[in-house]
Amino acid sequence: MTELKSSSKGRILALFTRYYFLLRSSWPRIIEIAYWPTMQMVMWGFVSKHFAPSSPELTAGGVLISVVLIWDTLFRSHISYTLSFLEEMWSRNLGNLFVAPLRPWELMLGLACISLIRTLIGMIPAALLAIPFFGVSVFDMGLPLFAFFFNLVLTGWAMSQFVTAILIRYGLGAESLTWVLPFLIAPFSCIYYPLSTLPVWMQDVASFIPTTYVFEGMRALLIEGVWRQDLLLQALGLNVVYLGLGMWTFLFAFRVARTHGLLLQAGE
Amino acid sequence: MKPILQTHSLTKVFRGVSAVDDLAFSLEKASITALLGGNGAGKTTTLSMLLGLLRPTSGSIYLFGQDFIKNRFSVLNRMNFSSPYVDLPQRLTVWENLLVYAKLYGVVNPKKRVEEVAESFRIENLLNQRLRRLSSGQKTRVSLAKSFINKPEFLLLDEPTASLDPDTTSWIRELLRQYRDEQGATILFASHDMREVELLCDKALLMKEGRLVEEGTPKELLEKYNRDNLEDVFLQVNRKKKKDD
Repeated sequence: MTELKSSSKGRILALFTRYYFLLRSSWPRIIEIAYWPTMQMVMWGFVSKHFAPSSPELTAGGVLISVVLIWDTLFRSHISYTLSFLEEMWSRNLGNLFVAPLRPWELMLGLACISLIRTLIGMIPAALLAIPFFGVSVFDMGLPLFAFFFNLVLTGWAMSQFVTAILIRYGLGAESLTWVLPFLIAPFSCIYYPLSTLPVWMQDVASFIPTTYVFEGMRALLIEGVWRQDLLLQALGLNVVYLGLGMWTFLFAFRVARTHGLLLQAGE
Repeated sequence: MKPILQTHSLTKVFRGVSAVDDLAFSLEKASITALLGGNGAGKTTTLSMLLGLLRPTSGSIYLFGQDFIKNRFSVLNRMNFSSPYVDLPQRLTVWENLLVYAKLYGVVNPKKRVEEVAESFRIENLLNQRLRRLSSGQKTRVSLAKSFINKPEFLLLDEPTASLDPDTTSWIRELLRQYRDEQGATILFASHDMREVELLCDKALLMKEGRLVEEGTPKELLEKYNRDNLEDVFLQVNRKKKKDD
């Protein structure tokens, strides 16, 4: 028999290799990853420039461009994770994956790794281009930038876990949820405005969303120059809870799919 | 010889309808067994349960002496499967696909193993082609190559020679036979090709309406039903009314 040395690390690396091959197989895909964040940055950069003389509070410290870039982190993180999973469904490959000794949590971790790489490929060029174009460098935030970035990546993964759970259970009919979900939380996340702008009932809902704390924290840092560690910790706490729930939901959906025989038909 | 696979009272019920009902059989090491039955007989459901893709409603599966339902991950790297109804990623090349699966199964020297299976299935010249550019027969060979990537001790094949020309079918049959003999592997395959079953199998399991209705070597079945070929046996069994009808 062929010598086998099966390990979780090896299987996650195998998945990573699979998504790397997929990515390099199509240069339009690579360009597309960086295209949207860059376009967002350019568009909002001009909006920011336009409002700068009349509404300095809106554009102080490059806050508008910075929040746009940081919000896109969440969107890219979520889309990259979910699209990689959808690739398996579109290619009717889930059956092959799940008869291999691949644990569902290893699949989740593999998807998260590739999501992180794709998010960085998308965000770094946009963030770098914002410096010569509009004189705004998100890197000036220093270490807090990584805290904001990390939290939004985690929120993106948590959302993806819920969406992929629904995809496993209901198939490609639920595909549109991939695009819809980030926009559902956007109004509550207070990306472009402070939390106090929202009506009270929306503020109550927003308090359960980690991104609210991230953007409040960013505004405090960029406008007032205050580093609100408490907000970051609240975001992190909520992210840990949602990631846990997301994992449980995915594993539950996987179990249901095994009971109902959905794994072989997942691409149909 | 001790069987490598044993099922007891294996049952799968979907919304009150039994797709597989009280299935009990065993497979010897180094044997080739065909799983036969008409459409809806329960073959795919059975294969899915044996692969761990479907959780049985009741019953047990013991594979390599281990409880497969409770702990499938301990044996999944010793088995593999191929089906025309499950694809490999179309945008990846044949080489990339095989390499990814070699790594997923933990093959120690994955590139060397890819070369070996490519040679066995005569797909060396296709290695740099994307899967979507291949004909259905070529895809079947790639899928079979993937199922051999970890040199499985237990191989499940769903219609392994579907869409292959007669010449390719013939050498694939020989390859399966050789693999069983050299590696001591056990092969279970679902097929509608009765000629193939006669030529290849040590044993055939005939399913009807989710139940195992016949079991034996092709020779035993031909003698029992006094027929010249398995197709006639299959037709007779399949058309026979249930006793309680």
